[in-house]
Amino acid sequence: MAKYSALSLLRGAFNGQSHWQPAWRHPDPKASYDVVIIGGGGHGLATAHYLAKNHGITNVAVLEKGYIGSGNTGRNTTIVRSNYRLEPLSRFYEFSLKLWEQLSDELNYNVMFSPRGALTLGHSDGDMIRLAEKGDAMAVQGIDAELLTRDQVMKIEPCLDFSHDARFPIEGGMIQWRGGTARHDAVAWGFARSADSQGVDIIQQCEVTSMVVDAGRVVGVETSRGRINAGMVAICAAGHSGHVAAMAGLKLPVESQTLQAMVTEGVKPMVNTVVMTQSLHCYISQSDKGGIVFGGDPDNWPSYAQRGHAVTMELAVQQGLALIPALSRLRMLRTWAGVTDMSFDGSPIIGSTPVDGLWIDGGWCYGGFKATPGSGYLFADTLANQRPHEIIAPFSLDRFERGSPVDENGTGPFPNHR
Amino acid sequence: MIRFTFDGRALTAKPGQTLAAALLDHGIKLVGRSFKYHRPRGILSAGVEEPNALVTVGTGGRAEPNTRATDLYVYDGMVATSQNRWPSLSSDLGSALQLVAKALPAGFYYKTFFGPPKLWLFYEKFIRRAAGLGPAPVEADPDRYAQRAAFCDVLVVGAGPAGLIAARDAARAGKRVILVEQDAELAPSLLRDPQEIEGQPGSVWAASVAAELRAKGGRVLTRTSASGLWDDNFICLSEKLVEPGQVPQGAFTQRYWHVRADEVVLATGTLERPLTFANNDRPGVMLSQAVRTYVSRFGVVPGQRVVVATSNDDAYLTATALRQAGAEVVAVLDSRPSPAGQDSGFAVLNCAAPVSAAGGKRGVTGVTALIDGAERSFACDLIAMSGGFTPVVHLHMQAGGKLDWDDAAQAFVPGATRQNVRTVGSAAAPAPAETFGALGPAKQAFVDFQNDVTVADLDLAWREGYRSVEHLKRYTTLGMATDQGKTSNMAALDRIARREGMEVPQAGLTTFRPPYTPVSMGALVGLATGEHAQPTRRPALYDLHAAKHPIWLNAGYWKRPRAYPVGSETLAEAGLREARSVRQAVGLCDVSTLAKFEVQGPDAVQFLERVCQTTVGKLAVGRGRYTFMAREDGLVFDDGTVWRLEDNRYLLTSSTGGASRMATWLSYVRNYLCADLKVSVVCVQEHYAAIAVAGPQSSAVMAELTGAEAPRHMSVSETGIAGVPVLLMAASFSGERAFEVHFDARHAEAVWRAIEDKVLQAGGAPYGIEAMELLRIEKGHLVVGPDIDGRLTADELGLGKMVNKAGGWIGAATLHRPDFADSMRKQLVGIEAVNGGSIPEGAMLVRRVGEQAEGHVTASGLRIMEGGSIALAHLMGGHMRHGEELYAHSPTRKQTVKVRVGSPHFYDPSGERYRD
Amino acid sequence: MLLIPCPHCGDRAQAEFAYERTADSVVPLDAAPDQAVAALFTRTNPRGIDEEIWRHTYGCGSWMLIRRDRVSHAIEWVKPIGPAVLP
Repeated sequence: MAKYSALSLLRGAFNGQSHWQPAWRHPDPKASYDVVIIGGGGHGLATAHYLAKNHGITNVAVLEKGYIGSGNTGRNTTIVRSNYRLEPLSRFYEFSLKLWEQLSDELNYNVMFSPRGALTLGHSDGDMIRLAEKGDAMAVQGIDAELLTRDQVMKIEPCLDFSHDARFPIEGGMIQWRGGTARHDAVAWGFARSADSQGVDIIQQCEVTSMVVDAGRVVGVETSRGRINAGMVAICAAGHSGHVAAMAGLKLPVESQTLQAMVTEGVKPMVNTVVMTQSLHCYISQSDKGGIVFGGDPDNWPSYAQRGHAVTMELAVQQGLALIPALSRLRMLRTWAGVTDMSFDGSPIIGSTPVDGLWIDGGWCYGGFKATPGSGYLFADTLANQRPHEIIAPFSLDRFERGSPVDENGTGPFPNHR
Repeated sequence: MIRFTFDGRALTAKPGQTLAAALLDHGIKLVGRSFKYHRPRGILSAGVEEPNALVTVGTGGRAEPNTRATDLYVYDGMVATSQNRWPSLSSDLGSALQLVAKALPAGFYYKTFFGPPKLWLFYEKFIRRAAGLGPAPVEADPDRYAQRAAFCDVLVVGAGPAGLIAARDAARAGKRVILVEQDAELAPSLLRDPQEIEGQPGSVWAASVAAELRAKGGRVLTRTSASGLWDDNFICLSEKLVEPGQVPQGAFTQRYWHVRADEVVLATGTLERPLTFANNDRPGVMLSQAVRTYVSRFGVVPGQRVVVATSNDDAYLTATALRQAGAEVVAVLDSRPSPAGQDSGFAVLNCAAPVSAAGGKRGVTGVTALIDGAERSFACDLIAMSGGFTPVVHLHMQAGGKLDWDDAAQAFVPGATRQNVRTVGSAAAPAPAETFGALGPAKQAFVDFQNDVTVADLDLAWREGYRSVEHLKRYTTLGMATDQGKTSNMAALDRIARREGMEVPQAGLTTFRPPYTPVSMGALVGLATGEHAQPTRRPALYDLHAAKHPIWLNAGYWKRPRAYPVGSETLAEAGLREARSVRQAVGLCDVSTLAKFEVQGPDAVQFLERVCQTTVGKLAVGRGRYTFMAREDGLVFDDGTVWRLEDNRYLLTSSTGGASRMATWLSYVRNYLCADLKVSVVCVQEHYAAIAVAGPQSSAVMAELTGAEAPRHMSVSETGIAGVPVLLMAASFSGERAFEVHFDARHAEAVWRAIEDKVLQAGGAPYGIEAMELLRIEKGHLVVGPDIDGRLTADELGLGKMVNKAGGWIGAATLHRPDFADSMRKQLVGIEAVNGGSIPEGAMLVRRVGEQAEGHVTASGLRIMEGGSIALAHLMGGHMRHGEELYAHSPTRKQTVKVRVGSPHFYDPSGERYRD
Repeated sequence: MLLIPCPHCGDRAQAEFAYERTADSVVPLDAAPDQAVAALFTRTNPRGIDEEIWRHTYGCGSWMLIRRDRVSHAIEWVKPIGPAVLP
C-alpha cells in the first residue's frame, strides 16, 4: 500500500498526480474463503480489516451487491459519540470512539474525524436531570461528559435561540467534547484500502442470492457471480439484515424502516458542534463544505425504499428552525434516505445465530455509523474466536427470548413506539 | 429604471431583467469565485442550473446567500453582494490557492492531515472557513411563509408550449388543472425564440392559454418550482411571492404547496450541456441558449466578437441572434463533419472543437480550437457553447421512473413509471446532438464548475479505483454543489464511459433526489415557527392559573403550574411551603391533564382485567383501586387508578405523559385483541377537568362543599360542588387523606373557585407539581418516566403483591423469560442521606467512588416537615439490600452523598393518614 | 406521502394515519409463552409484500389491515378491523 502523505501530494504536483495507484483491487471472486462477509459497507469492510490486522485472517471476501459504502455508510448524518445512558451501550460506543480517535493514522486515510463536541440541549429542568443522569452514568465509566449551563451553551453555540419565550427554551445542555463527526465515505474507503492491501478480496457488484446449507451448517453463498464457499459467513447488511438472514431461514427481531436526512446549501461556519436535544427529534451539524446537515425521526413504518417522506423532513426542519431561527433563509439542497434495521430494543444485534456457521452484525437502528470501527474490531474478534467478545455479549441475538433487552429509552419492543 | 447595487456599486436594470442580465448589460463579467480554488467566474447560464454566478441578496434577516444571479429578478433597492472572496471580488486572496492547485487534486484531504484528532480539528477550522459559500446568516428571518394544500386532477410542471398545451387539453376535458412555471414569465422559451403559435405571437398565445385555464377554474402559478414529487403523486411546490431578499408586499414572502394530483405531466424541458475544454470556466464562456436568452429576451448582448462552439444545430440560432443584434460571429466551431452547418451563412468549421480559452478574470480574449487535427486560434470576447441537451428528468426519477437512453440526443430520457406521471415536450424528445469528450489540458478543463472538479480529477479518481459513478461523485464532489450536477453530470458520465470503454448508460447515473431546486427552509416550516413550532396544550384552568403568575412547567405539550410563589419565594421555597400546607392543612392542585378513560359495557371487567395487572373484578360499585399496566413484554409502562362507578361502568385514569400512548393501546386491545367483547372505551382526558384536594383538612373541606360526608379512602361518590355534578374520588397521591374531583371541564373555574375558597379558609393553599413531587416521593408513590421507566417488572417496582394472581393480564405470557429471574436486576428502593447533603436526582449509586454504578436515583425529595434528603432509586438487587450504605455520586455536578438503602415509603407506610 | 384508502373515510393522506405493527406480531390474548415471545421478537420483515396494522388516528380513529409492498409502497388492499357491530 503506497503511503498517503502531504509529501506524496507535493510530489504529485510535479508529476500531474500520476503516481497514485488504485486504492483497492477489483478482483474476481475465488471459489472459497475462510470468511465471507456479506455487505461492503463500513461494518463489513472494518470487520475484514480487523480480521486481517488483529487475527491474521486474510483469506476473506467482502461481497457487495452495489458499490462499497452504498448503503447506510454513505447515507447517515456522520455523527460520532458515546453518550449513552445504559452501560452496555456507552461501553461499546466508547470502545468505538477510542478507535475513531486513531483511525486516520491506523488506516493512513484521513477519515476527518472531527471531535468538535456532541452537544445535547436541555429544554426544561426535567431534561437537565435526564442529561445529568446520562452524564453521570458515562462519567462513572470514565467517559467524558460535561454538564453545561445556559450561558455556557450560549458561548458554544451562539446561533441557537436563547430568547426566554422560545418554544423550546434552552435551560442548559450536556456536551461530550470528544464526540463529533467524520467523513462517512472515507470510512468505507479507508477500511477498504487497508483490508485490500492485507489480502482481502473486495468484490463489488456481487449480490448474494441464497445461502448454501449443508447438514444445518452454512457453508457458502450463491451470488450473482457464482457460488462462493465459506468457512464462516458473516452478515453485515444492516437495513437488509432481515432479508439476508431469511436466506438461512432466520427471522430476526428487526423491522426495516426509512430514516431521512437532509442538507442545505453551504455557508460559512455557523454551527460549531453537533447539536442534539433531549426532548426533540432533530440533530444538526455543519459539514466541512458548509452545508447544514439535518436528521430527524425515522418514518416509523416499515419500508425498504431508499426514499423518505416529505412530511417527516418538514417536521425535522420545523424543530431545527425553532432551535436556530437564522436557518430560515438557507435553502434545503438535498434530501436522502437510508433503510435502517430497527431492532426491538433500539440496540444492535451482534454475534452468533442459531444457524451453524452464520454470524450477524446488524440491528443498528440509527447508531450504526459511529459504531463502525468498534463493531468491526469486536465482530472480527468474535469471528476469529468463535465466541462473542465480552463487550458485545449483551447484544446477542437471543437476548430477547432470554429477557435481557438493552432498552435505552425504555419504550419496549415496537420501534415506532420509541 | 430599477436601481440596485452590486458589491456596493450603484447600477440600474430594465424591468424584467434578471441580475445576471443587468450585470451583463453593464459589462460586468466577473460575478463570483469558485468553491475550492477561488477561480474568477462569470455567468454560465440563464436559469436555475447556474453554478457560478451566486450572490448574497438582501440585508439583515432577509439576506439570502447563494442566490443564483440568473434566477433573481432585479427589484428596486436590491442589494447584491458577491461571495467567497476577500477582500474583494477582483482581488481575492483565496485565489492564491490556484498556485498550489497542483498539489490539491480531488480528495487530497483524504491523503494528508494525519495525527491526533485535535490536529485535524485545527486544520479543519481553516478548511471550514475557506469552504462554505455565502456568509452564515445571523439574524432571524423577519418574514413569514404561507403554506397551502391543494388537490387537482392534472398537475403540469413547466409552462412552455408543451406544458401549456397539455394543461389546456386537460382543462378542456373538464379536469381540475394546476400549471406551474419556475420562471417569472410563461413560456420563457418563446421569449428566447419568438415564434407564432396558432396564428398568434408566442407570448400572446401563452397568455391566452393561461387565461383560458384560469377561466376554466385552473390555477396557473409562475415563479413556482415543483421541488419534490413523492409517493402517490404528492407534489411539493415552492412559490416565490417576492424575490429573494425583497420586502414582501403582502403578508408572505413565499408560499409552499402540498398538492395531491391524480396525474402529473412533466413538461420540464432540457438543460444545455457545456463543452469541456481548458479554461472553459472563464467569465465570457457561456451556454449557447443562455446567450440567446440574454440577447432576445433581455436585450443584452454579452459579447461583440463571438465564437460559437457546438455539437448540434440549435447553436446556429444563437449565432443568428447575435448577428442580428450587431455582434460579430467570428467562427462557428461545429464538431460534426461537413456538411453540418454549411448552409447557415456563418464561417462554419467542421470537425472543430475548442481546446482552450484564453483570458482571465476580465473575461475571455480568445479561443484555440482543434480543427481536423490542426490547432487554430481566434480572438473573441465571448464563447457560446452547446454540448447538446439533457432532459430534466429529476421529478420523473423522484417518482420512481426509469430512464431510457436516447442515442441520437446522447441523453437519458424518461422511461417507464410506477406512478401516474408522464413527460411531454423536449424533456421526452431532446434535440439530436453528439458528444466528443474533453479536449485540452485536463487540469484546467472544468466539469463541475462550482466545486472545481476538472477532467484531471475525474481521471485521478478513476485511476485510484473510484469507478462507480457514485464513488466518482463522492470522491471528487462532482455534482454535489448547489446545482446538484445539472450542468456536470453528463460530462462526467461521458468521461467514465470513455475510460471504461463502454456506453454512457452502462456507466450508470446518480439518483436525483428532492428537491429539484433548493427550497427555503422557512417555506418548509411555514407558520410553524416561534411559539407555534409545536402545539401548546393548555388545561381548562389555564387562565385561572395564569392570573396567579405561577412558575410554569412544560410537561410534554402541556403547560402546568409548577408552583405559586408568594412574594420573592424561589421555586424550592414555594414548593416546600405548598407541600407543608398539604401535610398540615389542605391544598388543591389541578390534575386535569391525567389520562382518563370511561370503560362501559357488560364485558368492561374482562377488558380491564386484560389491560390492568391488578384485579378489577373484585371492586364493589363505588370503590376504586390503584392499578398498573404491563406491556406485552411483561414490563410495567403506566399506572393509575380504576373506579367502578356503576355495575358495568368504570373510570380508568393513567399518567399525563403516557396519555396518547395509553389511548392508542386501549383502542388496539379493544379493537384488535378483544373485538368480541361488549365494551366501549372512550378517552375522556379533556372532557373531565380534575382537581386534587389533599391534606388532613380535606375531608372536612369536601363535606362542607358537598353537604355530605366525604367518601372513605378509595371510595367514589357522585355529588355536586357549586352546582356542578362531580365525581368525588377519595384517592391519595400525596400520602394524606385526599380526593380527586372530576367534572365537566366547561365548569372548571367555578369548581376550582369554590374549592379554593374553602381550602384557603382552612388555612391551605393551591399547590403545583413541585409540591406534588415532594409529597409523592416522601410517600413512595411512583411516577411514569423516572420511576416506572419501562424497564422493570411489577415485582421489581415493589408492586408484586398487587399483581392479579389469576393472570390473564397482557404481558403475563412473556414474563417467564429466564433472565427476569435474575435477582440482580434493578429494583426500586428508597434511599436516605446519612450525613446530610442533598441527594442529586439522576446520580449513580456506587459502593465507592471510582467503582461501577449499581443503580441510580430516579426521584429526589426531602422529608417535608423534618427536613433531610430522601430519594427513590433503582438498585441492582435492591430489595435485599435494605440497610446497606452506598454513595449517590454525580460526577457532572461534583456532588457525592452517602446514603442508606431502605423502603421507598418514608411517610406513613401503614396508611394511617388515609383514615379520618 | 402515501394516499391510504381508509375503509370508512376513503382516500386520505398518510399523515392522518399511524402504523401500529405487522400482522404477524400480534400477540393473541391466549398466546402460549413461546408463541408470545416469537410474535413479539421475530419478524419476517420481507423486502416485498407484507400485512400491517394501521390506524386512522387523526381521522376516524378506526383500525385497519393494510397489505402493501415495502419497496414500491403500492397498497394491495385495506380491510377494516374491529368489532363487527359497533356498540
